[in-house]
Amino acid sequence: MSLALIVAIPFLGALLPGLMIRSGRNASALAAGFATALALLMLGLNAPAVLRGEVVQTRIEWLPQVGLDANFMLDGLGLMFAGLILGIGLLVILYARFYLAKTDPMGQFYSFLLLFQGAMTGIVLSDNILLLLIFWELTSLSSFLLIGYWKHLPEGRQGARMALAVTGMGGLAMIAGMLILGNIAGSYDLSVILQNGEAIRASEWYLPALILILLGCFTKSAQFPFHFWLPHAMAAPTPVSAYLHSATMVKAGIFLMARMWPVLAGTDAWFYIVATTGLVTMVLGAVVALFKYDLKGLLAFSTVSHLGFVTMLLGFGTQAAAVVAMFHILNHATFKAALFMSAGIIDHEAHTRDIRRLGGLRALMPISFVISAVAALSMAGVAPLNGFISKEMMLAEAWETAWLDNRWVIAALATLGATFSVAYSLRFIGHVFLGPVRSDYPHAPHDPGPGLWLSPGVLVLAVVLIGLMPMTTVGWLVDAAVADVTGADVYVSLYLWHGFTPALAMSLIAFAGGLGLLLLHGALSRAWDGAPRPEAKRIFDALVGAVRGGADALTRLLHNGSLTRAIAIAVIVILGGALAAFFGGNHAPGLRAGTPIAPLQALGFLLLAVVIVATVVLQANRVLSLVLVGVIGLMVSAIFVYLSAPDLALTQISVEVATVILMLLALNFLPKVSPPEALAVHLRDGVIAAAAGIGAGVLAYAILMRDFAFPSIAAYHLANSKTEGGGNNVVNVILVDFRGYDTFGEITVLGIAALVIYALTETILKGGPANDRLLAMDPQGRAGDRHPMMFVVVARLVLPVALMVGVFIFLRGHNLPGGGFIAGLVVAIALLMQYMASGLGWAEARQRTDQHGIIGAGVLIAAATGIGSWFAGVPFLTSNYAYVSLPPLETFELATASLFDLGVFLCVLGAVMLALASISRLGIRAGGTVSAAAFDINPSSPRTEEAR
Amino acid sequence: MEALLAAVIGLLTAAGIYMLLRKRTFPVIVGLALLSYAVNLFIFASGRVVAGLPPILAPDAAAYTDPLTQALVLTAIVISFGMSAVIVVLAIGAYLETGSDGIDMTDAPSDRDGPAA
Repeated sequence: MSLALIVAIPFLGALLPGLMIRSGRNASALAAGFATALALLMLGLNAPAVLRGEVVQTRIEWLPQVGLDANFMLDGLGLMFAGLILGIGLLVILYARFYLAKTDPMGQFYSFLLLFQGAMTGIVLSDNILLLLIFWELTSLSSFLLIGYWKHLPEGRQGARMALAVTGMGGLAMIAGMLILGNIAGSYDLSVILQNGEAIRASEWYLPALILILLGCFTKSAQFPFHFWLPHAMAAPTPVSAYLHSATMVKAGIFLMARMWPVLAGTDAWFYIVATTGLVTMVLGAVVALFKYDLKGLLAFSTVSHLGFVTMLLGFGTQAAAVVAMFHILNHATFKAALFMSAGIIDHEAHTRDIRRLGGLRALMPISFVISAVAALSMAGVAPLNGFISKEMMLAEAWETAWLDNRWVIAALATLGATFSVAYSLRFIGHVFLGPVRSDYPHAPHDPGPGLWLSPGVLVLAVVLIGLMPMTTVGWLVDAAVADVTGADVYVSLYLWHGFTPALAMSLIAFAGGLGLLLLHGALSRAWDGAPRPEAKRIFDALVGAVRGGADALTRLLHNGSLTRAIAIAVIVILGGALAAFFGGNHAPGLRAGTPIAPLQALGFLLLAVVIVATVVLQANRVLSLVLVGVIGLMVSAIFVYLSAPDLALTQISVEVATVILMLLALNFLPKVSPPEALAVHLRDGVIAAAAGIGAGVLAYAILMRDFAFPSIAAYHLANSKTEGGGNNVVNVILVDFRGYDTFGEITVLGIAALVIYALTETILKGGPANDRLLAMDPQGRAGDRHPMMFVVVARLVLPVALMVGVFIFLRGHNLPGGGFIAGLVVAIALLMQYMASGLGWAEARQRTDQHGIIGAGVLIAAATGIGSWFAGVPFLTSNYAYVSLPPLETFELATASLFDLGVFLCVLGAVMLALASISRLGIRAGGTVSAAAFDINPSSPRTEEAR
Repeated sequence: MEALLAAVIGLLTAAGIYMLLRKRTFPVIVGLALLSYAVNLFIFASGRVVAGLPPILAPDAAAYTDPLTQALVLTAIVISFGMSAVIVVLAIGAYLETGSDGIDMTDAPSDRDGPAA
């Protein structure tokens, strides 16, 4: 459990800063720091076991069906990275507290930061690659939020989008690669995959998986040619740059390469792809960094270069190189985070990061100078700092490694990279701190308070200590990590002094060359600025623009705002697909015996066909076509009756009544006739519709003439309806029992639909152009006697009878045709009749419960019935029933399903009533008058009473 | 009989799609209603149809019709009412809001012939 907790704490902690910010910025920062420290503490508690060589594991089943489990493991590699993430996280939280301005929303910042921290910790502790992928994407998302934290800056937003696009696409590629890997290994558990290295490397899917996974790693770790997003991500606040874009997130790709090292490394493909990419990135990043004017830009490209450095070492595929890689990850994290924080301090104090406007800060900011100088010297690889040791070891490895049998390529290029690295590191010191004090700083610089320099100070202390005592300080950690990367016990020895080796010579060349480059910097810089070179952002923008243009064009082609066109396209595509399937596949004639056509059926069919055709032909007259639709609905219910579906017939007939009322209400407001259209349009639509109709008809016929391809599950329902559901009406038992959960969803949807209708009518009535048009509507063609006495009297007489029928249908529903749906409709229609007969005003005055409440009660009763099953220790909506005999009544059945059906009943009743009543209310505005009396003509007095 | 039922489904589909392709809201609502009939009958037919066999358990019944598709269609009928009602309100609202009952988001002048605001 504790590993899952380590990952969960930052996520849970992410809630705190946002809430605590109400108590002030300190409280917010403390909350964030507390969560991080707690996670770090729990990690520390697990450390002794890991250092003993054990692998701590936590396994939680999540979705075992797809191989996705919340399995975590902590080994040496994970310990090193998690310690880095949480440890530097703590320092960054402290730094950010004093870095962010008063106007910046600090709670939000810490929440995002902790989200990122949790995701990152999740990556390094995952023992399931699918889980790892989830965390991987989460780091991309949280990084997006953090880069775009200053929402008012366009560079921030663009940088955030670019980072998300590049790393997100890499992540997609990696998902594919991981799935392939899991398929080869037969498991998505890392521990299993790590055991199957041989099989994976031998698989023919090895290369695709390798390339896809590396795409994810390279984009994340800003390797050439995907490096360009990292400099643009520098628009983020500096604490973010220090944390995500130097120390942790960009190392996720490297972590994964290290994690997969035992499985993927050791082949030629691995060496040439990874080592070459790393080498190119290292040199390119170092060269560009030398010519950047922005301090953070310089550091960003330097980060790109150092990430290439580590990638190259992992690419070498030797154990010794892996040792250097792990060691340098630690070293780079310490000095680069310190440098970023220093750059932030300079920006904070001098109000600029432009190197051309800086210089001479040594005397003005002595503390910052010491911190920056030590960190930069370590970056340059100067003894006795930690950067020196790992650089020496890297050069030694480069010296040993041949590329295409050529021993000089890597050694020479690595030295070149180191040369530029020395140059830009010394430039950081020389052009910012040394030189004469200037008089034109944008803001008078001076050292900040300890809140800002403490964090980089701690890191710089680590830089020195690791340099002096590498074995004591981090030797054990590197040892543990390397053991897991290489899968073998490697003897790790880190020394400051290696003797007079080729590496030392290369290092000296690099130092001399670097100094020389720095002296020539002015001339070189002018040449660099004048030289044409590809601008990554412009290429990226053009690419994105092209993709977006293509998507827009396609969308406009298919969706130009015309529903008609969209429907026509959909129909034609479906038809085309069906035709292709028909001609592409095999089919045999249907063998099912059909039923001969009886004369009555033929007559009914002819009638129905005539009505359908008439509906279409006479569609311009909308009232007429509505009446014809009603006729079609009635005939469809007749079909249901004839074909042994009494429940459907009852439902259809009652819905039909409600639908016709609904459409009549609609026609009250809409135009009564459709304008004529051109013959060509009719013909075109007629052809499309006829083709679709023929297709649907033929398909239906084909199905009807064939037996089931697979045994139907209907038999199960028939067999168990009585024994398990306690009802004879199988249709009803399916609705309220077997598929009760579906029905629960459906009545909820119905209730929501009714509420939507209510809300929409409220909006129309609220005022504005719609309401103006409503008020201006001319009440035309109204009957003189709107509430005829005959109708009113009959409707009232019918009401109790209809209600009784409703109750009867409801009660018998479980065993005979009926049930909540039909009963709800019947009762709704009985009540609606009162509305129609006596008017809205009269009816609403007599309505004691509002319809919203009825809907809510229905859903709640249904839900409570379902939840009640929990108390009996069975799953949601498991029904129970008993037979009760209460003399003098017949023995009857009480089933929990009936209670559920009551919920259905109420929900249907409320929804139908609310929908129709809401639309009716529009009519009041449209020039209608509301009579509180049941009749327009008061039979007891000769006077006409109308009241508003 | 199967042929007749299939023909009804075909006719209803054709009529429904034809009406859906009109450029005014009301015919589209009618078209959706017709298409709902067609779809409901189609789902119903996929259980294979018989006359005179009950979906209700009875001791003397020799065989039963398919109750599953009936249950599916029953909820579909009720839901399609809810859907129609929402579309009707949308249609009324759009007509009142824009003064046009045209269904397409185009600015063709022929669509602008509703009541004046």
